[in-house]
Amino acid sequence: MNQQTRIACHECDLLQQLKPPPPGGCARCPRCGAVLHRSKRNSLNRTLALSLAGLILFMIANAFPFLAFEMQGQITETRLFTGVTDLYHQGMWGLAALVLFTTIIVPAVQLMLMLYVLIPIKLGRTPGHLAGVFRLLQNLTPWGMMEVFMLGILVSVVKLAGMATIVPGLALWAFGLLIFVLAAAAAALDPHQVWEKVRYAP
Amino acid sequence: MKPWPPSAVHQSLIGCPSCELLCKAPARFDGQIRMRCPRCGATLHTRKPNSLARTWALVIAAFIFYIPANILPIMTVTSLGKTQSDTIMSGVAYLLLHGMWPLALLIFFASVVVPLLKLMILIYLLISVQLRSPWRPRDRTRLYRITEAVGRWSMVDIYVVTILVALVHLGNLAAIRAETGAVFFGAVVVITIFAALTFDPRLIWDSLEKNHE
Ligand SMILES: [Zn+2]
Ligand SMILES: [Zn+2]
Repeated sequence: MNQQTRIACHECDLLQQLKPPPPGGCARCPRCGAVLHRSKRNSLNRTLALSLAGLILFMIANAFPFLAFEMQGQITETRLFTGVTDLYHQGMWGLAALVLFTTIIVPAVQLMLMLYVLIPIKLGRTPGHLAGVFRLLQNLTPWGMMEVFMLGILVSVVKLAGMATIVPGLALWAFGLLIFVLAAAAAALDPHQVWEKVRYAP
Repeated sequence: MKPWPPSAVHQSLIGCPSCELLCKAPARFDGQIRMRCPRCGATLHTRKPNSLARTWALVIAAFIFYIPANILPIMTVTSLGKTQSDTIMSGVAYLLLHGMWPLALLIFFASVVVPLLKLMILIYLLISVQLRSPWRPRDRTRLYRITEAVGRWSMVDIYVVTILVALVHLGNLAAIRAETGAVFFGAVVVITIFAALTFDPRLIWDSLEKNHE
């Protein structure tokens, strides 16, 4: 790893040498305190493994019902996607699109792009277009809101608990695990290591 | 205060917003030419373009949408022939009345306090940058980081409505419909996320530079 990279802080524009972070800690900008680089052991392998696990959990979470609602003998089951279609059928296409984008499209695209970038790097092949793909992947980050959706599920369960019987489905467990795996993958990723591996012509 | 060396912009250098590669700015960099990062292809700007004007526009739009988001109902519950519409606040009141105060507090905080606080902080940052305030730039940068991090949690009410709509459709027995308030509320959340993205925290530090015109 290149030990002496000169960078401009992304939050205050101070020019500085990017120092390697202490083990388990992070390097901060001396002027504004922005985190410039966090120490991560075995970053790319761990991110790759967690992203693979995440993709499998994501498919399970989408394939099966995550909650069932029982009232006077009648049962409705809900998958992630039925919320989107129900909103759409009520004429709320804007809301449907927002929920579809933030809870299904962005997480799915992010997981797939992560594998698309990391697998070639593991195989030692780094074509230049990987950089553009990785940039897109990072720009999507503010729009993936799985953990907020999980909180939404918990709130809904508590709200409905007094009104009817709520039965958790298989997807709910996959979903809970997925939140942890996604958080772990985000924490394991060291973007500097990806950028350093990408070839480019200065 | 300890004097800092001049920022990258004063040494004709631009840090790539995506991959942090330090790039040389061309001699006449007036925004007419589009310069791209040689490594990741991101468009390079010394500062985010029109940051103040764009952030102001988004903040004002979010404030305008915040009003119908709170006045209009976000959902309608039909149960055994009775129909009841809920706004964000009446939803919070319902939770309080039924003894679910931790949940009431959570929803109140995520749906009412967070968007308002985020808008207030952005307005304060915008004004302080325009007045070229030298006051505690480190703390103001920290405030900016908070607005970036907390905004997403406001989405929780949108997701609750989505899940309730999907779960409760038993015809006349019980059904829940999403209402227009939720659309405005979703718009507020999206607009405030964009507002935080268009604000450039480096502007906070620019007013401290001595040799800045
Ligand atoms: Zn800094
Ligand atoms: Zn770049």
